Amino acid sequence: MSIPSAVPVRLYVNGDRYDVSVEPRRTLADALREDCGLTGTHLGCEHGVCGACTVLVDGQPMRSCLMFAVQAEGSSVRTVEGLAIDDTTLHPVQQAFWEHHGLQCGFCTPGFLTLAAGYLEEHPDAGEAELRDVLSSNLCRCTGYQNIVKATLAAQQAMNGDPDGDTDGDTDTDADVGGEPA
Amino acid sequence: MKPSPFEYVAPTSMEEALAVLAGDPDETKVLAGGQSLVPMMNFRLARPERLVDINRIPGIAGTDVVADRLVIRTRTRHLALQNTSLPGPLGHLLRHAAAKVGHLPIRTRGTFGGSLAHCDAASEWCLVASLLDADITAESQARGSRTIAAADFFRSIFTTALEPDEILTSVSLPLLDDSWTAGIAEFARRAGDFGIVTATAAVQVVDGTVTEARVSLGGVGEVPFRSVAAESTMRGEAWTTDLITAAAQAAAEEVDPPSDIHGDAAYRRDLVRALLPRALGRP
Repeated sequence: MSIPSAVPVRLYVNGDRYDVSVEPRRTLADALREDCGLTGTHLGCEHGVCGACTVLVDGQPMRSCLMFAVQAEGSSVRTVEGLAIDDTTLHPVQQAFWEHHGLQCGFCTPGFLTLAAGYLEEHPDAGEAELRDVLSSNLCRCTGYQNIVKATLAAQQAMNGDPDGDTDGDTDTDADVGGEPA
Repeated sequence: MKPSPFEYVAPTSMEEALAVLAGDPDETKVLAGGQSLVPMMNFRLARPERLVDINRIPGIAGTDVVADRLVIRTRTRHLALQNTSLPGPLGHLLRHAAAKVGHLPIRTRGTFGGSLAHCDAASEWCLVASLLDADITAESQARGSRTIAAADFFRSIFTTALEPDEILTSVSLPLLDDSWTAGIAEFARRAGDFGIVTATAAVQVVDGTVTEARVSLGGVGEVPFRSVAAESTMRGEAWTTDLITAAAQAAAEEVDPPSDIHGDAAYRRDLVRALLPRALGRP
């Protein structure tokens, strides 16, 4: 069999059009990183377990390591680079992860941010159990998850315009670690 | 890792897809959701020369009620079944089974038909198909359409009755009226993991007596295991908690589960005993 040559693929990433030329075997994750230059999407396991590569494809969270770029032809993709409102204003989920120590090394963070932002935008009234189930999609080896849950709940309140839920920075995150009911 | 090179074809009709497959069936794989195939390709456990992607074919996703059966078209995503508004015991079973398939970003992409064709021993959809004696329809260019009974479909691990030139196009399940109770219970160490043991059950009760009983178990063999012992224990008997306990005991004695790092045979037997009542809504 001859090696298939690169094929043209048109992606709409974070509102910008990218015309790239990729081999069919190139995953969407690699195309985002290598061909679009958007290295915010991280690759951990490359077999759909860790969720670091999670992006929103046509609004739905997907593992970009389990999709080929050619399959995303014409699709709208949202990556972590597309979350912030502008250069100086973080997305509420990003802001909450910062304020609630929802990250340590940061490797898994893009996946968690896109997963949480996408879900909260579609399900503003999701309960804590539901959000925990969604967050269980991704792996984090630093935080122990409690602060990721806390950040996501705070982000939800901020996005819903609840002033009490806004993250004012004085939440006693460290003291609560480990004390959070499962 | 990265997949080895392949030729990619994305037809816009089933006829075209079947023609591509017919041209070189042994070296061509069907790509639906890709949530099992692509990991295998990334590990290079699978190295197909050609992928025929069915994601651009219109009309092959969604469900239809046809007479007394629900037809699930092949590319129906897991998430669509988790969100189905189908009433009754079948809707309940589908929603609960779908919720156990991987995680949300898997369910947005993975498909019902793909799960059956992949035939993982832990697959919730293979269990549901086995439990309800699904009719599985496959098409090929050479021989047209044929229907395969679930009992004949699942052959062994990752092996089904599908021929290399066939595509699974739809699956039909009986609509269960309100005389039925149906459910699924699964044990996995972490949310979204493959179940170590999964129990599915459907029981029809008329005037307090079990008129029909079906039990299918996952994680106790290479393919879904219909527990004849549990079914015959319940059939014709009064519908009581004691009966469910007896059926669970019968199933646990009947299975001959494998031992592996996730659990030995005795442990899996215990899980069968514990999970079957939960599948029927009893703690």
